[in-house]
Amino acid sequence: MMFKSTLSGLAGRPRAFDGVLEQAGRIILGKDHEIRLAIACLLANGHLLIEDLPGMGKTTLAHTLARLLGLHFSRIQFTSDLLPADITGVSIFERDKSEFRFLPGPVFAQLVLADEINRATPKTQSALLEAMEEGQVTAEGQTRMLPTPFFVIATQNPAHQIGTFPLPESQLDRFLMRLELGYPDRAAERALLAAGGQRRRVEELTPLLAPDELPALQLEASNIHAAGPLIDYVQALVEATRQNPAFQHGLSPRAGLALLAAARAWAWLAGRDMVLPDDVQAVLPAVARHRLRSAQGGGYALAEDIAALIRSVAIP
Amino acid sequence: MSTPAREALDRHATPWLFATALATTAPHFMHQPPWLSAVAGALLLWAVWLWWKDQRLPGRWILIPLVGAGSAGILFEFHTLFGRDAGVAMLVMFMNMKLLELKSQRDATVVVTLGYFLLLTHYLYSQSIPTGLWLLATMWLVTATLIRLHGGPSSRPRDTLRHAGLLCLQAIPFMLVLFLLFPRISGPLWGLPSDAFTGKTGLSDSMSPGSIAQLVQNGDIAFRVRFDGALPPRQKLYWRGPVMEQFDGTTWHQYKGRQPAAQLESLSPPIGYESTLEAHNQRWLLALDAPVALPPEAALSGTLTAINSKPVHERQRFRLTSSLDYRFNPSEDPLVLRRNLALPANRNPQSRALAAQWRAANAPEAIIAKALALFAADFTYTLQPPLLGVHGIDDFLFQTKRGFCEHYAAAFVVLMRGAGIPARVVGGYQGGEFNPLDGYLVVRQSDAHAWAEVWLDGQGWRRVDPTAAVSPNRIETGIADALAFGEPLPMLIQIRADWIRTLRYRWEAINNAWNQSVLGYDPQRQREFLARLGLPDADWRSLTIALGSACGLLVAGLMGWALYKQPQRDPVVRLWHQALRHLARRKVDCAPWETPLDLARRVREQRPELAEAFQRVVDAYLVARYGNTDKHLKTLRDAVARLRQ
Repeated sequence: MMFKSTLSGLAGRPRAFDGVLEQAGRIILGKDHEIRLAIACLLANGHLLIEDLPGMGKTTLAHTLARLLGLHFSRIQFTSDLLPADITGVSIFERDKSEFRFLPGPVFAQLVLADEINRATPKTQSALLEAMEEGQVTAEGQTRMLPTPFFVIATQNPAHQIGTFPLPESQLDRFLMRLELGYPDRAAERALLAAGGQRRRVEELTPLLAPDELPALQLEASNIHAAGPLIDYVQALVEATRQNPAFQHGLSPRAGLALLAAARAWAWLAGRDMVLPDDVQAVLPAVARHRLRSAQGGGYALAEDIAALIRSVAIP
Repeated sequence: MSTPAREALDRHATPWLFATALATTAPHFMHQPPWLSAVAGALLLWAVWLWWKDQRLPGRWILIPLVGAGSAGILFEFHTLFGRDAGVAMLVMFMNMKLLELKSQRDATVVVTLGYFLLLTHYLYSQSIPTGLWLLATMWLVTATLIRLHGGPSSRPRDTLRHAGLLCLQAIPFMLVLFLLFPRISGPLWGLPSDAFTGKTGLSDSMSPGSIAQLVQNGDIAFRVRFDGALPPRQKLYWRGPVMEQFDGTTWHQYKGRQPAAQLESLSPPIGYESTLEAHNQRWLLALDAPVALPPEAALSGTLTAINSKPVHERQRFRLTSSLDYRFNPSEDPLVLRRNLALPANRNPQSRALAAQWRAANAPEAIIAKALALFAADFTYTLQPPLLGVHGIDDFLFQTKRGFCEHYAAAFVVLMRGAGIPARVVGGYQGGEFNPLDGYLVVRQSDAHAWAEVWLDGQGWRRVDPTAAVSPNRIETGIADALAFGEPLPMLIQIRADWIRTLRYRWEAINNAWNQSVLGYDPQRQREFLARLGLPDADWRSLTIALGSACGLLVAGLMGWALYKQPQRDPVVRLWHQALRHLARRKVDCAPWETPLDLARRVREQRPELAEAFQRVVDAYLVARYGNTDKHLKTLRDAVARLRQ
């Protein structure tokens, strides 16, 4: 649901992220909506899961965002023999000082790209997911804080591929949003083929934000006004998931909070100082689908079911 | 918006339709031919199975022959497709066939409509309290199905049922008003097609050995009586039915020709009572012997039977007065007397010889006493008498000596006629059971009885009950005490445990109250009720006015209540809804889930001339409703006003 406010009265604020959106749109062609969702996710201080087949531009998207937002970036390629210490870091003994020195792992970065997270064993996955949840890493009895902001963009191949460990439901819940990029449309693919790959151009991007600018913007986004009727609407949607037979179970209260936070970020991106039902409807599929289980087959909730859910709830 | 008719049916709504079909047709299974019920049940099971297995529904090449075969079966069974039984059978059959054709929303709507219609048909068979309760519950279910088909509050059955229950509850005041005020026509609440009048039990106008014994095995209620004063003694409770004067050797018949009018002299103060007669399809009213005042539509026959102008095809109330002691036709027409002395020439020689022997030596009173003494000596009162031959009375009097009231009455009358005393058989009921809970005397088919009447010079016709000589208990306490254990009496009247009896009394009192006040609510009662409300002499015009105003008041009351219950609307929302109504009048409808911005986009496409004004309304509304300020009400008001210009 592309949202473009033409309302003079509602678009009063300068759009700090218009440049980011525009530049990222030139790298990932024809995926403006997904890019906007990914940025909203980061603005809401949430982690992002991108799930699609190999070669759809997942890694490129993560790279692009890190570049444009001026974040310290590291990438972990998950493999089946990756160990927790490969993520968190190890202590090595320094002979000249006669002491152990901690070598921080790749997780100590502002934006961590966890590539193909479902290729690693559950033990390694949970090391990363703990870091995501706590914002800190405990190794060898010592707790070390992770930098702020701290984002994880994890990519994942669909679980039916051979040799993968699908993330359990409890860990899926730690990702604010889950995106599928999908195939580009004809025009975008034509442009992509003509340009000959986009990875190279990522390196040429210049950061649009200073590293310490993002937390202030996040704070601003989290203060967007959500009026009583809007909160009623979020609550009605969450309640509707609990009664809808298309889902095995409903959304948790934490998911409700996530939905509201994502909607706030979405509204902020549109330059508004209040959340509208449109914002909630726009982010709902990305926030809710991986948190719900379809009653038929047990996979993620179907996009049609989410659309039907929206149609079943009156806007207060 | 797409039309709901073409929409595919929601798979989860289908069980509701099965339940509707089952609940609306199942009670008919009790009185339908078994093959029909079996076919209907099989169709339902087939439909459920197809649904369960998610199989394709049968095609036309199966359905059309099926419809043909079903109709042919009904035609073969009932020899018609019309009338009550055949019509209902068709409905039941088609209801269950429709389940094999549930493809679209439209098919489902047909099932629901048929379900509502089938509800009515049950009243053609029974109007009892259980039927009423069952139909109320079924109406609730059918309404819930209808709600479920159209989405409903949620897909949970509990919510759907609650919603339907609320709707039904809201309909109850209207039901009461319509019941009380809708202009009544004379006749039953449920007019029946003519084939409904078959198979009613009750006395018939002829009597042969065994006919009453068979009737006595039926526990159905024949009529209920409420006396104005105290209950008369039990042994005087003779309810007079047909008088049978003609005997062909086996069977007694009523005389069909003209009878001279009865001359009745009342010897004791008259007793007033109201009798509610169940349908028996005959004209006699079963008044207490002997009736002195009758309702205007009835007349007294020459044999003292109260005769109605029309057969009693439905439960009817009559106001009667009787005198327990009377003198009846002390000077009788010689033709009548001759008729009551006639005996078939070559039948029962032994009995006639015995009677002739008595006649030679005794006065009439002594002959009667002799005959009664004969019965009292070694006769047995039983419901299961042995079979009798051609000379039935002889066989009974001299060999088997076991019989029921019709045997005693018949044998007594034959003896009297043989002895030259005019005599005849009277059919009717004797006794009854007093229900202390509602003060009604209940007379059942099991109280059916036959007794004799003899004509004595100077006294007129006098009742003699030979059964009383054989079994005094029959008259004094009732049939259950008079018969030996193991006789085939209805369970109901055999059980003598106190608590069961109390329970039965209570149930019958409730039933009677239902009959009297609900089913018996006729034009007369309606007039009385309206007169009490201050509307004397109400005709259909004033009734219609009263009905209209009562319904109007109810609607106004319910709406007022709904408005009161609704929380005070936010002025912002009220203005927004004004704008939406304005759009709706211009054919732009807003779905409840559609956001104002999406709606504004649609208005731009569909009604470009409204777009600008509406956009202003949307801007003001969004800021006022979702923004962090309450200062924008005026902007919104202005914007809505401009849109509506």
